[in-house]
Amino acid sequence: MKTVIGFLTGLVFSLGLTLSGMTDPARVVGFLDVAGDWDPTLIFVLGGAVITTFLGYRLVWRRGTPLLGERFQLPTRRDIDGRLLLGAALFGIGWGLSGYCPGPAIVSSSAMSLPLAGFLVTMLLGWWLATRLTRNS
Amino acid sequence: MDMISSMKGLAGGVLIGLSAVMLMAFLGRIAGISGITRGALLESGPDRRWRLAFVLGLISGPLLLLLLNLDWGNVAASTDALIGDPASGVLSMMFAGLLVGIGTGIGGGCTSGHGVCGIARLSPRSLVATVVFVAVAMLTVFVSQHLLGESP
Repeated sequence: MKTVIGFLTGLVFSLGLTLSGMTDPARVVGFLDVAGDWDPTLIFVLGGAVITTFLGYRLVWRRGTPLLGERFQLPTRRDIDGRLLLGAALFGIGWGLSGYCPGPAIVSSSAMSLPLAGFLVTMLLGWWLATRLTRNS
Repeated sequence: MDMISSMKGLAGGVLIGLSAVMLMAFLGRIAGISGITRGALLESGPDRRWRLAFVLGLISGPLLLLLLNLDWGNVAASTDALIGDPASGVLSMMFAGLLVGIGTGIGGGCTSGHGVCGIARLSPRSLVATVVFVAVAMLTVFVSQHLLGESP
């Protein structure tokens, strides 16, 4: 059952990214290009997603436990550390260069191209490196 | 401003939010794409199966739309495409992918985990991370598109 829920939530997420146009790097770069021909679409996507999630989470949390699990697993840290800032900055450079964050890159893999394949392989390599780096510190 | 594109963006955003709420309601988990995919591919354990299924669901979305012949895309350059072309060639995409992987790996999340779920939880870490990666990405686009003339 957890596997079915995993698939369905991934599918709905994917439909959301596709419908919103976030699977188009030109739209994402168009949003990030504040000095050029600015494309506001991403603001609507993020706004719709955050408001829905904000309201939905509060409704769901009233239950106390998830329907198929023992407890809600939420991050508890609230401190801002160097690793968070460095990670966000490195991600920002990669996102700006490509117009891909992880979700759209994975969703776009049904229209595979050499540049996208290269992106996905090095992103995986980056995750592997990050796991090794953070384990040793 | 293109009204239809914006409304499609809003509708897509609501779907993304519904997915995040579903995952919290059923499994009690944050819908962070980088964390889920990284876990599915690089970690073993009881969470691997639902994470792999989630990634399969991600890949299936555009395929389902193609199968049902629904042109639900919002690609700027083409009204009937579901997926846009990569921004540039393979070498710069590989460089970008490495930065996205390391960055989301050590920063603990991406646009979905920090940007959507984290802000919805009012997490100060996610709020700061989102401001930083959006600002740095805007600066990166400014440097690459305007100062250096064109995208490589």
